[in-house]
Amino acid sequence: MHADPKGVLTGVHFLDGDHACCEGTLAAGARFAAGYPITPSTEVVERFAWRIPTVGGIFIQMEDELAASIAIQGAVWGGAKAFTVTSGPGFSLMMEHIGYAAMTETPCVFVNVQRGGPSTGLPTLPAQADMMQAKWGSHGDYGIIALCPNSPQECFDLTITGFNLSEEFRVPVMLMLDECVGHMTEKVVIPAAEQIEVTPRRQTKLPPEEFHLFEPREDLVPDMVKAGDGYRFHVTGLTHDHRGYPSMNVETQDEQVRRLQDKLKPLSNGRAICETENLDDADVVVVSYGITSRVAQRALQLARARGIRAGKFRIISAWPFPEQRIRDLAGRVKAFVVPEINLGQMVHEVARAAAGKAAVIPVSHAGGSVHNPELILKAIEEAAR
Amino acid sequence: MNPSTLEIPVEIPADARNPVEPFLRMDRMPHIWCPACGIGTTVNCFTRALLDSKVDLDKVAVVSGIGCTGRVAGYANLDSFHTTHGRAIPFATGLKLANPELQVVVYSGDGDLFAIGGNHFIHAARRNMDLKVICVNNLTYAMTGGQTAPTTPDHVISATSPYGVFEPSFNLVALAEAAGAAYVARWTTYHVKQLSRSMEEMLHKKGFCFIEVLSPCPTLYQRRNKMGEGLDAMKFYKQVSKVRNGAPTSECALTKSGEIVVGKFVDRDRPDYLNLLRTQMTESLGDRYAEPEVSCSC
Repeated sequence: MHADPKGVLTGVHFLDGDHACCEGTLAAGARFAAGYPITPSTEVVERFAWRIPTVGGIFIQMEDELAASIAIQGAVWGGAKAFTVTSGPGFSLMMEHIGYAAMTETPCVFVNVQRGGPSTGLPTLPAQADMMQAKWGSHGDYGIIALCPNSPQECFDLTITGFNLSEEFRVPVMLMLDECVGHMTEKVVIPAAEQIEVTPRRQTKLPPEEFHLFEPREDLVPDMVKAGDGYRFHVTGLTHDHRGYPSMNVETQDEQVRRLQDKLKPLSNGRAICETENLDDADVVVVSYGITSRVAQRALQLARARGIRAGKFRIISAWPFPEQRIRDLAGRVKAFVVPEINLGQMVHEVARAAAGKAAVIPVSHAGGSVHNPELILKAIEEAAR
Repeated sequence: MNPSTLEIPVEIPADARNPVEPFLRMDRMPHIWCPACGIGTTVNCFTRALLDSKVDLDKVAVVSGIGCTGRVAGYANLDSFHTTHGRAIPFATGLKLANPELQVVVYSGDGDLFAIGGNHFIHAARRNMDLKVICVNNLTYAMTGGQTAPTTPDHVISATSPYGVFEPSFNLVALAEAAGAAYVARWTTYHVKQLSRSMEEMLHKKGFCFIEVLSPCPTLYQRRNKMGEGLDAMKFYKQVSKVRNGAPTSECALTKSGEIVVGKFVDRDRPDYLNLLRTQMTESLGDRYAEPEVSCSC
């Protein structure tokens, strides 16, 4: 279906990533946001608080991130599309509720504008060091989706994609911005509402007596209902059967937890979102994401100018990791160079997918700024040698 | 207690049904609560209140946290949510704001609502969020084996206070009043009629409402403190409870064996959160203000 025009600010704008992300939430149909102030993410909900009273929805500033991350899930079961926004320390506090959303298959969106860590770290400066936390931060086994925009335009576009994937797969989706992408200002084109595709909720067509809240469809994802419609359903974070009733046995646990991961398989294979350039003849491939992909772009230009056959692989959907794509490349390139603003996170996934068939070279950075392109160029040159 | 006193001398027909059965998920019985635990009594009172209040049951949602009382949501034949520890109130806040026609009841224990979830309680009361909060107060963390809670009275022995509790405990009704609750009452599981009536009254009251129900935990609280069994708890409640409607909540603190002041303490009208929101936005934005349509038809 198309976006509701009430939330779509069609036109050409000059926005930073945080503001563009907010416009993305409105275009995607989000009418509820709960947040707690934290740099460098707050602008997303500041804009939402300013915009939403004339669109028709609610923003509530909660007492902490624990509250914000569960209030949005209450709103989702009340029928809303909802999201919250945070950074480092707040993201850590939200972990339990990311697990709750995964376990209860509650579609919702978490925006994380990454800053330097650990702990309070570098509140106003960039990092990409929450990438593993996004996937593994809550206890137990589960699956999530994480998307990494590298421009304000993508903050708008991928926020809509994020909401859509969240509805399709009934999972929490993380939008993994970083301080640079969140605060850089660029041209953002917002199309007309009828040009924006929005995925509706998987509302069941079955009557209450035939409906089971956690009975998966062919794509392993169950359909949904909202409170107040007479279905008298039960939702719990305990391991539960297809009716949603707690079931403390090994068989239910095995079936449920495996399905929470298996339902996302299409995204690690054919439907992975990536951007590639010059891969056909590449000896060295730079794998990057977020702001680092824009720094890497400069290093790639310099490398090509020096006659090195270097190609670009930009990860856009970081989780599930696009492992099939990396595996296919590993057989025919010499090396992967992986710059990221952390001491080595996604590089481990690249190495796992490459499975020894190509060298994998990290270019780490502890956070606080972007890489110097020369540093990435040096790694490309060494890899090509 | 002589077990023979529990024998019921009449024949019960096989098809006999308890009138509260339609309110419960009978396919989930038997429940997990211990014999003589008071939580089931409060649920019985709640179902009576629902029945008497004539609310549309399709529009009632129950939200629980974690713990023994946290299991109430799972037995209520309503839209029901068993959330995370301490977070029933913020979940309920989102649910209510997305779908204001719902009557959202938060049903949880003292540890859940006032230790790990204490911050959410005071803020929801401050906002006068239209939530009905029922706290079953058994003065301990029962699900995890009887540890000290912020409500456990002085000198009580618990699993984590083997030499006796020495921390001052919370006076929940005073806390609720100070934070801004529109309705505050306290009963014990001995006061089933009064509790039912209070719950019914609360279902018709707009704003943040709070009922504390003192409820026995024979297995983990009474046994450890040599306070007898379930029936002894009822005798104790009967002996030491004093109905004082309108009593200043500051005078209602609980001790291990002293007086339990019960009754309705607060019943006041304050504009609730959604009302305040609407007023402010209309004042600031006039015709440009769009009524929230949070729940998408998609």
